[in-house]
Amino acid sequence: MILDKLLYTKPIDQIGAQERVTRLFSRSIKKDSKVQALHLALSMIDLTTLEGKDSPGKVKQLCYKASHLHDSFPGLPNVAAICVYPTMVSIAKKALEGTEINVASVATAFPSGMADMNSKLDEVKSVIDAGADEVDMVISRGKFLRGDYQYVSDEIAQVKDACGDTHLKVILETGELVTLDNVRLASDIAMESGADFIKTSTGKVSPAATPAVVLTMLEAIRDFQTKTEKKIGMKPAGGIGKAKQAIQYLVMINETLGNDWLSPDLFRFGASSLANDVLMQIVKQSTGYYQSKDYFSID
Amino acid sequence: MRKTKNWEYSPAPESTDHIKLKKQYDLFINGEFVPGVEGRYFDTINPSNEEKIAEVAEAGKADIDKAVSSARKAYNKTWSKMLPKERGKYVFRIARLLQERSREFSVIESMDGGKPIRESRDVDVPLSSAHFFYYAGWADKLEYAFPGRVAKPLGVAGQIIPWNFPLLMAAWKLAPALATGNTVVLKPAETTPLTAMKLAEVIQEADLPPGVVNIVNGGGTTGQALVNHRDIDKIAFTGSTEVGKYIMKAVAGSGKKYTLELGGKAANIIFEDAAIDQAIEGIVNAIFFNQGHVCCAGSRLYVQEGIADEVILKLQGRMDTLIVGDPLDKNTDIGAINSKMQLDKIKMYVDLGKDEGGTIYQSSCSLPKKGYWFAPTIFKDVSQSNRIVQEEIFGPVLAIQTFRTVDEVITKANNSPYGLSGGVWTDKGSKIFKVTQDIRAGVIWANTFNKFDPGSPFGGYKESGVGSEGGIEGLMGYVELV
Repeated sequence: MILDKLLYTKPIDQIGAQERVTRLFSRSIKKDSKVQALHLALSMIDLTTLEGKDSPGKVKQLCYKASHLHDSFPGLPNVAAICVYPTMVSIAKKALEGTEINVASVATAFPSGMADMNSKLDEVKSVIDAGADEVDMVISRGKFLRGDYQYVSDEIAQVKDACGDTHLKVILETGELVTLDNVRLASDIAMESGADFIKTSTGKVSPAATPAVVLTMLEAIRDFQTKTEKKIGMKPAGGIGKAKQAIQYLVMINETLGNDWLSPDLFRFGASSLANDVLMQIVKQSTGYYQSKDYFSID
Repeated sequence: MRKTKNWEYSPAPESTDHIKLKKQYDLFINGEFVPGVEGRYFDTINPSNEEKIAEVAEAGKADIDKAVSSARKAYNKTWSKMLPKERGKYVFRIARLLQERSREFSVIESMDGGKPIRESRDVDVPLSSAHFFYYAGWADKLEYAFPGRVAKPLGVAGQIIPWNFPLLMAAWKLAPALATGNTVVLKPAETTPLTAMKLAEVIQEADLPPGVVNIVNGGGTTGQALVNHRDIDKIAFTGSTEVGKYIMKAVAGSGKKYTLELGGKAANIIFEDAAIDQAIEGIVNAIFFNQGHVCCAGSRLYVQEGIADEVILKLQGRMDTLIVGDPLDKNTDIGAINSKMQLDKIKMYVDLGKDEGGTIYQSSCSLPKKGYWFAPTIFKDVSQSNRIVQEEIFGPVLAIQTFRTVDEVITKANNSPYGLSGGVWTDKGSKIFKVTQDIRAGVIWANTFNKFDPGSPFGGYKESGVGSEGGIEGLMGYVELV
């Protein structure tokens, strides 16, 4: 039973967590450390489009952008992955052929998760068959909030089974869990049940990734590693559009989990507009001038 | 797995271009900077690199006489006769000027005392101006602070302050004294005179009547001359318990009033139902804030046995991430030890802790070569009978004990000659009330530590002091109620 494994879950003090965030975010990152952070942030982005109006054309353009972030400025890394809806997986996969960029697909009745287990598993299987390298599932928040932790754990375990070797990110949708105590408990459940990554949000609920939530999840990952020696990844998603925020989160990872997590293997930003702001900062660091937004391609 | 090269933060030093410091500072008496009668000067150095910053006039007995008589004259002629609301305006003016020049004050405070700019910028200087603002507000409202009584000033106050929060302690002392109509002779600590000299400039700029505030520098002899001066009505002292005892003896029978804010050895108590990650931050903040040069530092940690291993492991991990170094770097968490003398004292206690059989752990942080530095340190496997548990070290050294029940930890927390502060960490409100009521200490923080506000009184039980500073209580040390 999942509850037996969760006895180590401790309360989180909201005010204390916020204070720690303020302290971490006041680090002053300048010069070389800033340039290094910006490159790193770029390589950690899951370039995302998750809209009802997404079409093959839109996804193909985004995929081209993913591997050609700013061709006039050489030496830039690619983003880590493209994140799309299930129907777009095969299109993205084809568009990214020959690159090292992964295709991630949301699944399990994203964003609400309101579907029966069989249809969720069918969806997971279909995106894997279509070639997805990574699956971003959502948990059943309704079940979680009424205390049915066993259900939540079982559903994650079943999805993980269906995934096999495919990378599984578990979206907690922290904006609906509300308290940091819930965020911590849901993180522990996800990791105990087979998540490779834990992810804050779908981007469809406000608030999405908040700093205190991300900190709480990073601390859960650290404690899970202490206990099991397994390294779980982290992906904040939604609301991170500025390079400055990205650097602040890198500071948070650096001082909570350490250098091992400063890699796209263990940390991702789920974002649609972050890449261009980071690019603008990288160019500024090199030339000393800010360019207009019009010099950075929007796809 | 892809491996990134280690990410080190580049230096981010606060600029010092805007700082104007003179090579030599005189005494501030009767509204003017004047050399000492005997013409002696001493050096004030930057403890982070041992370089001389300036030299400062040392006040002898004759200078103290001059300062006290100018304070007496100002008291009789202007300050005690002034309408309270006018007095309040002067104090407001000091508060505003200090706020306007906060960047300059923070940098100088960090240069002269070694504390990280993050603290001088975010804690010392803003709290100092907040203190002046708070007491300025009371100046014309004393009848509401003491309903049905008349609050009369005492006269001339001699104030002696320590080196750990030089500007803030000057503010704690000056603001209530001035607001209630007293005049002052203030003696800053020998190792940190500069922000007080800058404050003298602010007082000049605020156009305070000459003699209302006089600032004299020097060490123990200067302080002694001030304490024993016949024309002083009140002594306010913050510093060691040893000197506090001397002052109490010296003023006995003299009719001088006194308030003393002395040492501490605060118990910081972590219950097993606490929010552990936040408690770890609390432990770090309690003992490593200002290099542990804090009288209310949480230097005795009590952890409930069931979570002791986890807490200590996490604490050690957190200690390794602390950045110790250049006080002016915005990323520095822990700065330099204030003086060679204090560094020697800390080393003595750490050697003693090892001799006593404590298990030591020190942060893996790197330390600069030049200057006075000490790595954050904890001791496990100690008991109430260890001297490092009993005595105030006044440095970044924490003694950790485990406990089993609420009653046991309350007994042990109270088992100390001190009673200045304390901390309790638990998710359970009832436990907070039980512990805070039963521990005999002036301030107890729940699920936080080292939080200050001008409206909140601060003072100690037992050997931690007499009287309170801050809040309405802080007014009482400077008035006679009739």
